[in-house]
This record gives sequence, structure tokens and C-alpha cells, in this order.
Amino acid sequence: MFLKYFFAFIFLLFLFVFSLFVGVSDFDLFGAWADEGDQQLILLASRLPRSFAVVLTGSALAIVGAIMQMIAHNKFVEPTTAGTMDSAALGILVATIFIPTSSLMIKMLIATVFALVGSWVFLRILRRLPVTNPLLVPLVGIMLGGIIGAVANFIAYETDLIQYLTVWMHGDFSGILRGRYEMLWLTFGLSLCAYFIADQLTIVGMGKDMAVNLGLNYRTIVSLGLIIVAMVTAIIVATVGMIPFIGLIIPNIVNRFMGDNLRHALPVIAYIGACFTLICDIFGRLIIYPYEVPIAAIIGVIGAAVFIYLLLRRDVHA
Amino acid sequence: MIKVQNISKKLGAKLVLDEVNFSLKKGGITAIIGANGAGKSTLLSLMARLLPLDCGQISFDDLDTGKTPSDVLAKKISILTQSNYISARLTVLQLVMFGRFPHHKGRPQKADHAHVAKILELMELDEIADRFIDQLSGGQQQRAYIAMILSQDSDYILLDEPLNNLDMKHARNIMQSLRKIADEMNKSIILVIHDINFAAAYSDLFIALKDGKIIVQGSVDEVMTEGNIELIYDMQVDIKTIDGKKHAFYYT
Repeated sequence: MFLKYFFAFIFLLFLFVFSLFVGVSDFDLFGAWADEGDQQLILLASRLPRSFAVVLTGSALAIVGAIMQMIAHNKFVEPTTAGTMDSAALGILVATIFIPTSSLMIKMLIATVFALVGSWVFLRILRRLPVTNPLLVPLVGIMLGGIIGAVANFIAYETDLIQYLTVWMHGDFSGILRGRYEMLWLTFGLSLCAYFIADQLTIVGMGKDMAVNLGLNYRTIVSLGLIIVAMVTAIIVATVGMIPFIGLIIPNIVNRFMGDNLRHALPVIAYIGACFTLICDIFGRLIIYPYEVPIAAIIGVIGAAVFIYLLLRRDVHA
Repeated sequence: MIKVQNISKKLGAKLVLDEVNFSLKKGGITAIIGANGAGKSTLLSLMARLLPLDCGQISFDDLDTGKTPSDVLAKKISILTQSNYISARLTVLQLVMFGRFPHHKGRPQKADHAHVAKILELMELDEIADRFIDQLSGGQQQRAYIAMILSQDSDYILLDEPLNNLDMKHARNIMQSLRKIADEMNKSIILVIHDINFAAAYSDLFIALKDGKIIVQGSVDEVMTEGNIELIYDMQVDIKTIDGKKHAFYYT
């Protein structure tokens, strides 16, 4: 058991260190260690922040996906299939237009409010959908996201902010530098909060009647879960940009062999989310070296393939 | 002691329950019987605070369900509803351990593990304890849900059609286990059962609902008459006494 954890950690560490070496400018760890000017700057200002950003984003998005799937009682829900990401992007856009001088923190908070409202609207619509057709849920969510995204696009077009919106709508780690990613560490704190209420979230996943029977305040837990989801989404959209599918495929893969008991599954979900995103990011940087493909595109392709596999799989336990 | 006072419930435009009143002493098994749509499930849901009360009052040992905090009630009453379709993928052991949640609040102690082990054995689930519930047959799932409710160890246990999906053998085993739990641990069990003979064989009391009202109530012997059954179900049956127990013959 211990050995398993040990090897898992070594693997993540290996990916992390490998990721430090991938980039256009030559870089070696020993040079940075010996404090040779540029080398240390590259490490501290660009490579380390980027690797940290990738790990934080990957694990947080995977966790958020698992939380949403519990709350929505549907395995195909995650921030991009529930309108949450688009709502957050719209929020940042609105913040930029009305309070142009606002700090990233204020923009993030406004985006959180928008993401919350978007997810809430999604859950309201969910109630009216037949439980017997689980595939309808992500479809409706994607349509909702499409509508919100279209509104954002229209506003951005009218206000000449299309370029900004594009940055938020398409996740990309290439802009991550020291001083511009630190807010992502908040997602780590939020992930810990999620772990703290993991049992309650699992019970919410067992349905409202069961949750009430076990003495849980169903609404409070759902609200707490949604706040975590909205904040994480807003932070990631504001710093990295939208990344689809991580929250969908990672929890579904973990679910296959570990089940849904979040107390056990959440750390594994976070771990695999981090590894998967690191691999995709390294891949994106190497595939057309010295240029790079944005992470959203890489994960979009891989994620779509896995998503289709999950949809077509015979035993759909949504 | 359960007191149900003057409860009525409207779902949409339909009056599902109409001024229902009854009280039950602690202990024993009470079966709520009646035709489809008589309001049996709604009554159980109201008693377990799954639905809000429109009017009236329900209390368990002087704990008013409308005023007592939900986590306190969770140790006093438990309910298994009919539609226990759980989308979360859990093992039998995890599911049954979640039944202990009102007691351990996420930190299972030795006593919780011991209790769960006992219930798993009682429900003949110990061999499949580590299987995921979505890999089980309907009957095994039903037993796992009942085990979860039993591990909650509440004084009052409400079960809505607990024999769903169960074959004869397991249906009888469950009823025998419930009888044992009621007698030896002094629990009150209230259940909705459709098979009147099963209900008669294992229950102490009957409460019969029709169109949202209690029309007959009393001991099994008192309620099991041809006249009463016709009143409750609008159908004629023969009641015959075999070995001192009344049986309803409705097959032909």
C-alpha cells in the first residue's frame, strides 16, 4: 500500500520535473542551482509557475467535476457541460466593462457570482428533465453554455473586447508567469474544503430523500458544493482560461475502479487530474516544437474521444 | 409513542391525505395497507419529514418533526422510500456504513464497524460486502438498502414496500429479521406492504387507508374480515383461518 503511494508520488514528481525542462530557451537545473542569472530567472519566473499552475488546475478541475456529478446526480456534468465556465467568462467580461480598473481578485469574485447563478439556473432546468434520460442533461447544459457564451461574444464584439474573451474562453498555460498565477493556489484551499465535506457530498449524491433521512441539510451542502465549484471555475477562467473535459473524464475513470465514495476517491481524482493535465501540457508543448498548441485544444481532442466512449459504453450508469 | 394529529396533504390539486389521526405505542410492527393511490407512501414521507406538512403535527416520543433538528431526528426515525435509485456508486459496506452517519458524522468508531458487521450478517450480505451496488441483482440491492436503514439504528423504522424485488425466500427472511428486531431490540417498524397475507403473518397492527383517510385500524385479527377487506380494496375475498391464522384468498 505504502509502495503504491510512493510510486504514485515519484511518477507525479517525474512529470513535474520533466515539465520544467520543456520550453524554448535552454535550461538546466544545475545552472539554475548555481545561480547563473537567466537560468534561475527562467526557472522561478516561468517554468515553476507554469508547472504549478498545470498541477493546480488539473486537480482542481477534476475535483470540481466530481462535486458537480454528485450534486446533479449525473455522470456527464462538469463546468463546461453545465454552463458554469461560460457564465464565469461572462462575469469577467462584465467586470472588465463596468469596473475596468478592478483587480484580478474583484474580477474573480464577480465571475464567481456569475458562475453560481449559471449553475443554479442549470440545476433548476435539470429538475424538469426526465431522470430516465441521463444523456439529455449534458446536452441541455452545453446548450445553456452556448447561449451564455453567445451573449458574452455579442457584448465583447460591441465593446471591442473579443481578444480578451478569446483568452478566457480558451485555456492556455503559455501566459503563466510569476505574479500572474498565484491566485490558482486558492483552488488548492478550495479542494481541501471539498475534501472536508466529502462525506456530505457523497450523501447528497445518494439523493435528497436519503440525505434528509440521514439528517443532512441537503440545501446547505448543495450550496457549499456549488460555491466551491463556482469559485474554482472563476479562478481558472480568470488565470488560465476555459479547459473542457478534465472534470468529466477524470472522475469517470476513477469511478470505474474506486466508486463514488468521495472520502476515498477525491485524492485519487486530484492526483490523476494533475498527472493527466501535466501530460497533455507537455504534449502540447512538444508536438509542434518550438511552437505550442494550447492545452484547451489538446484536452478538447482527447477529452472528446473519451467522452464519446463514455456515452457509447454499454452500461451507462449515469 | 408516535402521534399523528390532523394531517392533510395536497399534492398539486389532489388531496392525498385528509385529516389523518392516529397514535401508536412504541414497539411492534404496524402495516399500512390500502389500494394504489390511497396515500400510504405520502403518509410515510410526511412522518419522516421528506415532505413538508401542510397542516397538523407529527411527533415521535415528543419530538415534533417540524421543530426538531434534522440530525437529531435521524437518530430517532429512519425511512426507506420506494424509489431508492442511487446514482452514486458505492460498495455494500460503504452504503451500510453511511447508515451510521447520524451517529459517527464521518468518523466511524469501533462500535460503528461492529454494528455494521452485525447488520451485514443479519441481512446475509457479508459475502458481497465489497461489491458495488450497481453490480448486484435487484433483490440484493433491496437488501443492501434495508441493511443501511437498519444500521441507522433508529427507534422508529419506516419502510415503503421493503419486499420489492425480493423472492419468497428473501422476503420471508427479511420479515423474520424485522420481527426479531422489533421484538428483541424494542424497535417500532411501520411498513407499507401490498401482499396482505405477508402483512398479516408478521404484523401486530393494521392501518388501512382509502382515498387519504383511515377507514379501518386495529389488530390484524380485527381488520382481517371479509367485510373490511372489501371496504379497503373494493374487491371480494375469502378469509379462511388456517392453524389459527387468518388468510385472504384473492387469487381466483
